Amino acid sequence: MGKTLYDKIWDAHVVAVEPGGETILYIDLHLIHEVTTPQAFAGLRAAHRPVRRPDLTLAVADHNTPTEGQALGVDAVADLEARLQLQTLGRNVKEYGIEFFPMGDIRNGIVHVVGPEQGRTQPGMTIVCGDSHTSTHGAFGALAHGIGTSEVEHVLATQTLRQRKAKNMRVMFVGEPIPGVGAKDFALALIGEIGTGGGTGSVIEYAGPAIEALSMEGRMTLCNLSIEGGAKAGLIAPDDKTYAYIVGKPGAPKGGAWDLAVTEWRGLKSDADAHFDREITIDVSKLAPTLTWGTSPEDTMAVDGLVPDPESFSTDDKRAGAQRALDYMGLKAGQPITDAKVQRVFIGSCTNSRIEDLRQAALIARKALDKGLKVATGVRAMIVPGSGLVKHQAEEEGLDQVFLQAGFEWREPGCSMCLGMNPDRLEPEERCASTSNRNFEGRQGRAGRTHLMSPAMAAAAAFAGHIADVREYL
Amino acid sequence: MEPFRKLTAHAVPIDQPNVDTDQIIPARFLQKPRSAPFGDFLFRDVRFNADGSEKPEFVLNAPFRREAKVVVAEDNFACGSSREQAVWALYDFGVRVVIAPSLGDIFSANASKNGLLTIVLPAPVVRGMIDALKAEPDLEIAVDLENQTVSLPNGPAHGFEIDPYRKRLLLEGLDEISFTLGQLDKIEAFEKTYAG
Repeated sequence: MGKTLYDKIWDAHVVAVEPGGETILYIDLHLIHEVTTPQAFAGLRAAHRPVRRPDLTLAVADHNTPTEGQALGVDAVADLEARLQLQTLGRNVKEYGIEFFPMGDIRNGIVHVVGPEQGRTQPGMTIVCGDSHTSTHGAFGALAHGIGTSEVEHVLATQTLRQRKAKNMRVMFVGEPIPGVGAKDFALALIGEIGTGGGTGSVIEYAGPAIEALSMEGRMTLCNLSIEGGAKAGLIAPDDKTYAYIVGKPGAPKGGAWDLAVTEWRGLKSDADAHFDREITIDVSKLAPTLTWGTSPEDTMAVDGLVPDPESFSTDDKRAGAQRALDYMGLKAGQPITDAKVQRVFIGSCTNSRIEDLRQAALIARKALDKGLKVATGVRAMIVPGSGLVKHQAEEEGLDQVFLQAGFEWREPGCSMCLGMNPDRLEPEERCASTSNRNFEGRQGRAGRTHLMSPAMAAAAAFAGHIADVREYL
Repeated sequence: MEPFRKLTAHAVPIDQPNVDTDQIIPARFLQKPRSAPFGDFLFRDVRFNADGSEKPEFVLNAPFRREAKVVVAEDNFACGSSREQAVWALYDFGVRVVIAPSLGDIFSANASKNGLLTIVLPAPVVRGMIDALKAEPDLEIAVDLENQTVSLPNGPAHGFEIDPYRKRLLLEGLDEISFTLGQLDKIEAFEKTYAG
């Protein structure tokens, strides 16, 4: 029987197998950041262990970093605990000889934007990071997933990870999306269908004509959200778009090594007779622009729909959960979601902060400006590029001027308001149109209300002052 | 890590599916060092009001739940973020066992590295335990890792599966990195033949 793409990458990295099946897997790239590493380095130090392969490790500062005033340096970060974590990372990478793009370096940014942008993320690799959205890198045909702090220490010490093989799942995306629908909508629609536990214990391969048509940025958005469907990882077989994205990047193979690498990468696809434990097909031509209404990424709906009635759910558990979510979100069953007024708009995060995401938001902003519109009164809207290089590229293209003219804030790179651990946070009961990845209770700030959506949808909400259908702004 | 063999203790039912690690510990506590009292941060925003007073309706604030060493939860417990602090918060509170029909993958891996045993049981069995604990809050659950069983007083012993290697690590409280470094020759051999 043939092998899946996941099987092939797994098999190529097996160092040893324990009785019972647990496998020691070799890791090609270990990305680290300031929040999930201090305890790992402390553990290494206490045991007098070196970092086995500092050359396969890359560090950035992203979760804690403020999105203004970065030029003042880490010592000027106002929050004492955030500053301490940032300083600790700086000390650790120096002591152990790990390459580091510190806050303020143009190459710094969100870890899942930086890895691909530097050409460090490559097809066929195993990639881990102490962050659940590491699944992003699967867009390049890499096996990439999040790990905890103990595992970070294990990888630092051994360059391996202990794993059990996951199941194979394939999601085929077919059809052609209508204008205003893209990768974010694909992902939300899938999570709405399978639920946040639907992928638990599985690696999902995304395939089909609608995936082949996606840009690398779109593929990263889709793979990024694999974890929100519970999946261990998500991946997409590499193709010419993948190679075109990587070629010439600082970490990419050069000269003859490049040609050899591409030849090898072309074999990275599931065999025709490979077995998948579960297969799902989604027809993207049927999707409307999609967003979340509740407090779980599976609480999805079409923008032209009505907020669901908890009574319509199948079990007592689900009815109670839906009612709790509506109460938290300050919504009523049966209301058009476009009635919900927003106070904040956040365009950024490892899901949607790359150049194409910003271009899509800017397209909406340009059209709104042409109609004489500005960001609605009472709305604070932030654009947070994913890295210094994304910010630079956007400024070269004049996108920053479009955003500033329209009334958006143009910030410095970082995780920002995705997760409420730096100064960018929601106030209680503020409603946010957000391009991030999690709408959990309190995720963007205590009692904050998050609606997940695409960058174009978030931009439309900024101009409307409420949740809006992007198709009216195209 | 502390070994785990068996216990008989009060338990807390979490009767809600898809409890995420952001709820178990909000991100603002991720900046604290491991020496901080993580048990105080457990379920912080659903357990306490903004002024620090307890929310009486939250299950952890009820009698017998404060000394719980076992969590019995609904489907997909501890999904979401990779934050190992979710395990630290449960562990520092005193929890040593989490039972659910399914758990977040990364959480389960993190738990096994910190002496926190995760047990997957069929959904109807877990449902029965949650109902029993809600009806009789002082019930004690018995968990035996050696024999791989979970039971309520006067109830049947439910067997559970665990990877033999994980079981040994927990029973003996072993350091996993030492174990892997014991196979350093295999890692070195792999690196020699590996072009990537």
